[in-house]
Amino acid sequence: MTTSYPTTTVWAVVLAIGVLTFAIRFSFLALFGSGSAEGRSGAGETVSPRIRAVLRYVPPAVLAALVFPAVVTIEPTVAETLSNDRLLAGAAAAAVAWRTESVLATITIGMGALWALQFLL
Amino acid sequence: MNVPTELRAGVRDVLPLFLGIVPFAVVFGVAAVDAGLTAAQAVGLSVFVFAGASQLATLDLLARDAAVPVVVLTAVVINLRMLMYSASIAPYFRSLAGRSKAVLAYFLTDQAYALSVARYGTLADAEPSGVSDRRWYYLGVAVSLWVVWQLGTVAGLVLGTGVPDSWGLDFTVPLVFLALLVPAMKDVPTTVAGVCGGVVAVVAAGLPLNLGLLVGATVGIVAGLLAERGRR
Repeated sequence: MTTSYPTTTVWAVVLAIGVLTFAIRFSFLALFGSGSAEGRSGAGETVSPRIRAVLRYVPPAVLAALVFPAVVTIEPTVAETLSNDRLLAGAAAAAVAWRTESVLATITIGMGALWALQFLL
Repeated sequence: MNVPTELRAGVRDVLPLFLGIVPFAVVFGVAAVDAGLTAAQAVGLSVFVFAGASQLATLDLLARDAAVPVVVLTAVVINLRMLMYSASIAPYFRSLAGRSKAVLAYFLTDQAYALSVARYGTLADAEPSGVSDRRWYYLGVAVSLWVVWQLGTVAGLVLGTGVPDSWGLDFTVPLVFLALLVPAMKDVPTTVAGVCGGVVAVVAAGLPLNLGLLVGATVGIVAGLLAERGRR
């Protein structure tokens, strides 16, 4: 799929995300002035415990919300849903990711499995 | 030329990470071609945003013509974790001028944060390293990552233009996310957050404005918090 947004809109999106992401990165670095009373041991204490608890679950929740729909396609029957090429290749890649925690190995096995399922079988 | 020791140490420590960063960046470049972005826009994302997961999600949503606020909000949610890094690393750089800190902030990534804080922790025991040393180490890591990220993006753009769609290279995008997801599910509450977020995102995939991703992520975060509370 390709975007149907005009060039200017895409650039506006790029710049908006860029500015907001920089604001997130700079936030506490900017706040921590040289006159700040907090010592080095206070690292991380400036984010309230409640926000920290929420932020802890952002990576697994967001990443799974990105992965699952790309791998799982709901078909009319359970058997068809489970025998989807991308789901099977994704399962193989998940096993490799779990064993190796390597991006390269995960891509290699996942693509290899997908090609094997699509072209060979 | 006299290269600062800590700069060299930073570059040396980040080298093994290139094995993960290079394919990630190449996948981004390929996906940018698939999504119909121009080369300049793709490099623009890598330069202005410089945060891989959010860049890939942005491409995904743009390709599906998701509403602009949804695209921006999703990317911001993905990058919110860097609030923690900013807060955690700030005390090490507090004596620097604002402009220097802005430069360091621009280069802040998962890897630069993790390696630097680990380095400062070990140095603090032996000898108190000065803010200058800390900055050199950080820049050694962070700028190396930046250069590799940009080169990988360009390599992906070239590759993406030459490889036919039938190869299914678009599948490398969820594979990269998968490689990041699995280690992120390190205990029961984070696993609950991941499984709930993923399942809800599949069910909510048909929602208008492509809100499925945000809805799934939100449910996942709440589920993780509930699971954590249930274990106490």
